[in-house]
Amino acid sequence: MAVLLLAEVSNGKLNEATAKALTAAKALDEPVHVLVAGERLEAAALTATSLDGIEKVLVADDPVYAHQLAEPLAALLVQLAGNYSAILAAATSTGKNVMPRVAALLDVMQISEIIKVVAPDTFERPIYAGNAIETVRSTDAKKIITVRTAAFPATGGGGSVPVEKIAAGAAPEVSSFKDETLAKSERPELASARVVISGGRGMQNADNFKTLIEPIADKLGAAMGASRAAVDAGYAPNDWQVGQTGKVVAPDLYIAVGISGAIQHLAGMKDSKVIVAINKDEEAPIFQIADYGLVGDLFAIMPALNEELAKLGR
Amino acid sequence: MKILVPVKRAVDYNVKIRVKPDGSGVDLANVKMSMNPFDEIAVEEALCLKESGKATEVILVSIGPAQATETIRSGLSMGADRGILIKVEQPVEPLAVAKLLKAVALAEEPLLIILGKQAIDDDCNQTGQMLAALLGWGQGTFASKVAVGEGHVEVTREVDGGLQTVSLNLPAVVTTDLRLNEPRYASLPNIMKAKKKTILEKTPADFGVDIAPRLKVLKTVAPPTRKAGTKLASAAELVARLKDEAGVI
Repeated sequence: MAVLLLAEVSNGKLNEATAKALTAAKALDEPVHVLVAGERLEAAALTATSLDGIEKVLVADDPVYAHQLAEPLAALLVQLAGNYSAILAAATSTGKNVMPRVAALLDVMQISEIIKVVAPDTFERPIYAGNAIETVRSTDAKKIITVRTAAFPATGGGGSVPVEKIAAGAAPEVSSFKDETLAKSERPELASARVVISGGRGMQNADNFKTLIEPIADKLGAAMGASRAAVDAGYAPNDWQVGQTGKVVAPDLYIAVGISGAIQHLAGMKDSKVIVAINKDEEAPIFQIADYGLVGDLFAIMPALNEELAKLGR
Repeated sequence: MKILVPVKRAVDYNVKIRVKPDGSGVDLANVKMSMNPFDEIAVEEALCLKESGKATEVILVSIGPAQATETIRSGLSMGADRGILIKVEQPVEPLAVAKLLKAVALAEEPLLIILGKQAIDDDCNQTGQMLAALLGWGQGTFASKVAVGEGHVEVTREVDGGLQTVSLNLPAVVTTDLRLNEPRYASLPNIMKAKKKTILEKTPADFGVDIAPRLKVLKTVAPPTRKAGTKLASAAELVARLKDEAGVI
């Protein structure tokens, strides 16, 4: 049998989360098929066919999948499930929405947000906001898995595999798309950026994100993030939230500005390679996990940091 | 319209948990337990719908040990009407929870089921989606806004790129995200009133649901710890260290 990976498509393009989840899928030691579902998928399908080490790409190009609604997408996956020993998806908001629906329809207990494949039926996953790591063995014949992408490197390109077009399946008529507000940004995506700069309650307002964090993010090619407190207060949009229930990131460099470091926030960034904390409270828990700390007023430190980076020609 | 709100007794969100040294699990002895925070948001949303005249009754259901009664009671103190406890001693996986909730839904016939998007103990984020699947209903997960109309509900969802709004036929399942509302505190009169509200006790056997786990937990360990690093004196020093020592800029 083979395993099926549901590709993550955003704005008609293949999201990098797919290549990361693929690394986990390949560890199951069976041929991997990648399903690209959506509408107007030429670009995404083409990128998928180049993913290294897969057997083929299935393309379901139909308006019913345009907005990745859980109900039609789950129905399609269930229809395909008979050919596969495992179905995986990146633990993105789409993967988290769709996969448990698939699991229940197949009477399978999903394994959420795996961070390691120990054996094809055994996985490590974080619980309690990452404060414990559980090793679980699935006794279900079929495995339904979501993959924490921050824990896996991306599989490279360079391959070229065939595409198989598949017809849209019957979709349950219980839901419909109304509209969406998607942030448009030239910046790298938060989930896959090499550098992330996040602001917390200490930022005091949305303007300070713009004047103090944005110039530095520009210089470092960084994505911008936020703590829950900053999002709740309206300083930053919801899709910037890093933490247990927001996005989980593991960049090479994470800079936490005015973030005290609640366990729920640490859960979303503590696997970053290098962590920098900038906070006026030297007792803030963020300093317990930071490689480099600057204790002081962020309103003085951030402009200084911006100048120092400018000196480097950034 | 009736609203069903499943609530879970979970470790309090302020507790820093400890992993047992023998790898057998997380030490929950004498640890403060509370209603899962996302479930509190679900209760609040249901109560707001009742107060605005869209809903007639808010029913809480919890699956857990005898102490889960306290969790239900705290939701009743917020203003919910009555509760159902499905008593189990062992941990129950989301799939089995969804099957039990389906049975309750078929008996109670709610038009809306609102749940927390995930429990902060197992961090599974599955139950609502599974329940919607088993009932054949639409699902509006990670909701930051819920607008109930005639025969349908519009749910604005927090998604990776921003916000998405879907329309679901009723009955439907909604799971809550953090910014849907701010749960109220129970007032003293409501705490007194809640003592008289009924909590019906059931068992999984009453619903004929098999709750045997599908996942076998082999071990539970603490994650690798990070050591606190160096406190630096200036932005200049930070940039130098990031460049020369860490090599990340």
